[in-house]
Amino acid sequence: MNGTLPPVLELVEVQRTFQVSRGLWKGKKSLYAVNGVSLGVNKGDVLGLVGESGCGKTTLARMLLGLLPPTHGQILIEGRAIAGEDRPTISRKIQPIFQDPYSSLNPRKMVGSIVSLPLRVHKVGKPSTWHSKVEEMLDLVGLPRRVLHSYPGQLSGGQRQRVAVARALIMRPEVVICDEPTSSLDVSVQAQILNLLISLRKELGLTYLLISHNLAVVEHLATRVAVMYLGRIVEEAETDRIFKKPRHPYTKALLESVLTPEPGLGVPEIHLGAGFPNPLDPPSGCTFHPRCIYAQPECSERVPPSLRDEEGMVECHLYK
Amino acid sequence: MNALLEVADLSVDIPVAAGELHAVRCISFAVQPGETLCLVGESGCGKSMTALAIMDLLPKVARRSGKVLSFSRKSLLKLSEREMADIRGDRMAMIFQEPMTSLNPAYTIGNQLMEVMFRHRGVGRGEARQRAVFLLEKVGIRAAESRLNQYPHQLSGGLRQRVMIAMALMCEPELIIADEPTTALDVTIQAQILHLLKNLQREFHMAMILITHDLGIVARVADRLAVMYAGQIVETGTAREVFANPMHPYTRGLLSCIPVPGKTKRGEFLGSIPGIVPTPIGQTLGCSFHNRCSWARFDCARQDPEIRPLSLNRGYRCHLGPEVLKKKGQAVLP
Repeated sequence: MNGTLPPVLELVEVQRTFQVSRGLWKGKKSLYAVNGVSLGVNKGDVLGLVGESGCGKTTLARMLLGLLPPTHGQILIEGRAIAGEDRPTISRKIQPIFQDPYSSLNPRKMVGSIVSLPLRVHKVGKPSTWHSKVEEMLDLVGLPRRVLHSYPGQLSGGQRQRVAVARALIMRPEVVICDEPTSSLDVSVQAQILNLLISLRKELGLTYLLISHNLAVVEHLATRVAVMYLGRIVEEAETDRIFKKPRHPYTKALLESVLTPEPGLGVPEIHLGAGFPNPLDPPSGCTFHPRCIYAQPECSERVPPSLRDEEGMVECHLYK
Repeated sequence: MNALLEVADLSVDIPVAAGELHAVRCISFAVQPGETLCLVGESGCGKSMTALAIMDLLPKVARRSGKVLSFSRKSLLKLSEREMADIRGDRMAMIFQEPMTSLNPAYTIGNQLMEVMFRHRGVGRGEARQRAVFLLEKVGIRAAESRLNQYPHQLSGGLRQRVMIAMALMCEPELIIADEPTTALDVTIQAQILHLLKNLQREFHMAMILITHDLGIVARVADRLAVMYAGQIVETGTAREVFANPMHPYTRGLLSCIPVPGKTKRGEFLGSIPGIVPTPIGQTLGCSFHNRCSWARFDCARQDPEIRPLSLNRGYRCHLGPEVLKKKGQAVLP
């Protein structure tokens, strides 16, 4: 977090709890989906957010989009808190691309209407310019103009994801949240969409928050990586550093489990003993200690402090 | 060669409103005892249909035809449903993709595991229970005794997939067909499950057909692999050969599409295969890949190439000879 410009996206101790009912007479319990996350994303950066399912990645994305208010903490876009802003203002700055292009596009609307909807909602410019703006956008994402009058059902998965990208970018947002943008696509189509995201970032100077469980994709695209475990960021650093010299035991385990296409190496043995803990009843101290091979008595007693140095951030008793 | 499973010219056709859908087109392969064969390809290439055709679990409307489909030298093509049911789950077992939907939510884990033994071995409750507990422990489930009385919804995704594997192993099958066994799981769990499958395979000396679209899994798990495209096998070989020296333009394209940490340069464009898969409905003329292939020649659009054998277990389906393809280099992109 250097430079004079404020980060384009900043989270300060963001927390989100859900009240979960445990049965008729047992009352409710708080589930800490996101538990005190502080992050900064500089302009033009790609922050990869990785972690297992249920660790709070999507809740975090929903808060950034203004779809869910944080219980505590602040989210700032270009230095301004989004808490006081209304939805349209937020959505001009920050736009999502979702995982499944089969359910994120309205099947009853034509592509032209889907892509131009943000323009109509925000009443941008004259209605007469909307058509040319949509065509320009389709060219940019590599769709032929004839799809303007097609329905999503007539397009392939890759084309649909391109429509979703066009819709996200037509308002020229600052930040795009890509929530598993390629995990429902085939390998060859995945490469097409990743290439598109790479070239759009260069052309439009976009900032991405890339949520993915595919670490190879994250390594390829991201400039920084944040590793999330049970609602907290346990390590954050530059991509090279994370992949070459992971510090947190959980990051190490995640990286070991990546199956690169190199025959003869076999399947690695992952030392992650027990399964993902119940988030309603998180372990004491460091929440990772029951699965950690380096765990010491201290780990189950005290929450590890956050260590910030020139190498990034890590939350583990091994590093002080 | 005493192949455990032999398949020759297997086709699966499904009549649909628009005509005949050729899901699998004349594929041939063999699986040796104890070996792992990976069927790899993108969605819709017919890899799951192949698995279902071997197990005779195809949808009712689908038609299966073939020259040879034999399991330890016994033809499966003419078996009655009852005879097939005797083999299924006993000598040949299947692990499905979705552990959420492939377990019956209304029965306990124990019930479902023991049922396999009752059906095929006719053993008593005690013995079946013992075997179930033994296997649950084998697949890494702790407190197996108490798990037997639990229902599938009480288990996590990873545990459910372990239960599915235990269920497939109940009668010590000779062949396991695993259809995308780890697609629905987290990466950490995926590695654990694959590690487990490989160990169990070695321990019980089973053959395995692993169906997947993930080239990383193929490279790490497969002894041999068959790349499928539009219902056909377009390239076969050992994992080492195919990854080191892919021949078919489609295989080359696929390998250039995936980012590899440490190898592909960050932020650089990945290779891609332009265009889309041709429709599997109706007759196709020529090579099924010719409309996406950057090296397609005139005859590619007219005549479907035969498999070109390179060695005993290595071959590819293309008009271009090995010397020509070698000269073209690695990249598919123009």
